[in-house]
Amino acid sequence: MAAKPRIKVPKTAAAGDVITIKTLISHKMESGQRKDKKTGNLIPRKIINKFNCEFNGNTVFGCDIDPAISANPFLEFSAKVTESGTFTFVWTDDDGTTTEASKDITVS
Amino acid sequence: MNISRRATIRNSIGLALSGVFAAHVSRVAATADDTAKLIAEFAGDASPAEGKIKLTAPEIAENGNTVPIAVSVESPMTDDDYVESVMVLAEGNPNPEVITFNFTPLSGIARASTRMRLAKTQNVVAVAKMSDGSVFTDTRNVKVTIGGCGG
Repeated sequence: MAAKPRIKVPKTAAAGDVITIKTLISHKMESGQRKDKKTGNLIPRKIINKFNCEFNGNTVFGCDIDPAISANPFLEFSAKVTESGTFTFVWTDDDGTTTEASKDITVS
Repeated sequence: MNISRRATIRNSIGLALSGVFAAHVSRVAATADDTAKLIAEFAGDASPAEGKIKLTAPEIAENGNTVPIAVSVESPMTDDDYVESVMVLAEGNPNPEVITFNFTPLSGIARASTRMRLAKTQNVVAVAKMSDGSVFTDTRNVKVTIGGCGG
């Protein structure tokens, strides 16, 4: 399962600002195309196939991920903040497990 | 016409080899047709136009395992005029789908970046769908030195 994600969100922002959020999570993103060198069998696919970001319960950004995304998937996107609150991030694995994280932001 | 036994054997070997080669290619790489089909599915009734969307990718990627790409779409991102989603496709990968970004008016600006795998030198296509149903596309050719699909 994926390890603790790294997320960069500014601590403070002015109301109405568009901020940049960067996330990185450790995951092998096994594409299902690689072969085991010893046995010659295909290694089964196991990737993070969904990512979602919410701010105070409203979806800000999401994406459907396919095996063509690199290992340790990195995502950078924007969000418009009008009030203080919490960003929550959810990564969903092929086997259904999820990794969740959250970050607070103070808007003045 | 005089058909010699030798010529017949030579031809049949050639045919068999080309058959093997064709099968191999179709398994390893998606075709431009697959990509076109996916774009048509994504676009619905609208026909994709150039402009508004900008796809940023390196001209030459040394390592096909991590190729940084970025998309940005011109849009006011208000409640009734925003970018719904952007789909990224790689024509020469085993599966052309790369990622689909889903934006909302809360995104502020329709831009996102990530890192992708490229199996070989090929075109990368980004398709944006607006909230009014119009569709825009942009294509970049990326040269890949070392492929990134572990083949």
